[in-house]
Amino acid sequence: MARRRNLVKLFTSGIIENNPTFVQLLGMCPTLAVTTSLENAVGMGLAATAVLACSNVVVSLLRKFIPQKVRIAAYVVIIASFVTIIDLLMQAMLPALSKSLGLYIPLIVVNCIILARAESFASKNAVIPSFVDGLSMGVGFTLALCAIAIVREILGNGTLYGFKIFGEAFTPASIMVLAPGGFLTLGLIIALVQFLRQKAERKEKN
Amino acid sequence: MTMTEFFSLSMTAILIENFVLIKFLGICPFLGVSKKVSTAAGMGIAVTFVMAMASALTYAVNTFLLVPYELEYMQTAAFILLIAGLVQLVEMFLQKAIPALYQALGIYLPLITTNCAVLGVAILNVDNGYNFIQSVTYGTMSGVGFLLAIVIFASVRERIEFSEYPKCFEGFPIALVTAALLSMAFMGFQGMKLFG
Repeated sequence: MARRRNLVKLFTSGIIENNPTFVQLLGMCPTLAVTTSLENAVGMGLAATAVLACSNVVVSLLRKFIPQKVRIAAYVVIIASFVTIIDLLMQAMLPALSKSLGLYIPLIVVNCIILARAESFASKNAVIPSFVDGLSMGVGFTLALCAIAIVREILGNGTLYGFKIFGEAFTPASIMVLAPGGFLTLGLIIALVQFLRQKAERKEKN
Repeated sequence: MTMTEFFSLSMTAILIENFVLIKFLGICPFLGVSKKVSTAAGMGIAVTFVMAMASALTYAVNTFLLVPYELEYMQTAAFILLIAGLVQLVEMFLQKAIPALYQALGIYLPLITTNCAVLGVAILNVDNGYNFIQSVTYGTMSGVGFLLAIVIFASVRERIEFSEYPKCFEGFPIALVTAALLSMAFMGFQGMKLFG
């Protein structure tokens, strides 16, 4: 019972307190690049989650066999194999999404969230907690991507998941789906997170 | 490659499609190592060097190893291993040959392995079907674009240190807003049209 509660706690920590994007500030490149539409964000988030969970499991299984000195190289090879699998699967089953994400799917290899979790969690913990940790970080990453993408797609395109939500009179601010909008949206969301956290801290003091 | 082609490819890589500000590649070191101009410049130079070398090596591996043996699906794994090895070599070389530069770059050197700009340029070279000279030019010039962006960004951040802004913007948020403005400035170059 206690073990199960720990796993639940582990799962929620990756989504809220230790959210990889908004709190740990890892994996910024895909965060900014693919959040031009909600569809892309969900696709990238799920792909990264799958790689994260699988690579955490394998790293955890092999943690007693991988020599200390070459561990980073070994992790990178494990991650690269899963990324290749996901890449090929997406090309076969979701060709449209795979095309719109393009370069950023192979670049999941260098997403620092995945290497960070392999190094700081999976290499020290048993298989099941590692799997839960990977899943939780992945879901946290996906939710963060979705939050950014919702803002950018509505303001920049006037749509949400491809559906028009405003009437004809709405003129989208296309700067939001271009590069500057990505930086701006992420900056403002992190500022909001910090603001809420500082407010909570002040309340605790009083 | 003619001079015109060289010029147009370079301008595209440095200004029009700047790796950091327009393509969102290499954001982590861009945000992480840009608090001081001197370290930012060192990082930029190291990245440029690795990108140029990586472009040449990945081109060779792709053309002479992966394509003839129909191993293109191994591209991602082969490239990342090659880059990791390359960074290790550069590190060892610098340690022996130019210890001063090695000291200055410190921990930033190994971090270049996980810089997505390096893997990104290798994959883009293959996707765009560049030949050897084009690949190396594109790799080097993209690195120069990274260097330019990170140095400008670091000098702006040095000044922001002394100005007042809301407390919740401390750290990353203000840096991201700065990057947004910088990126907007670079978007001005997109209107540029280069000889064909």
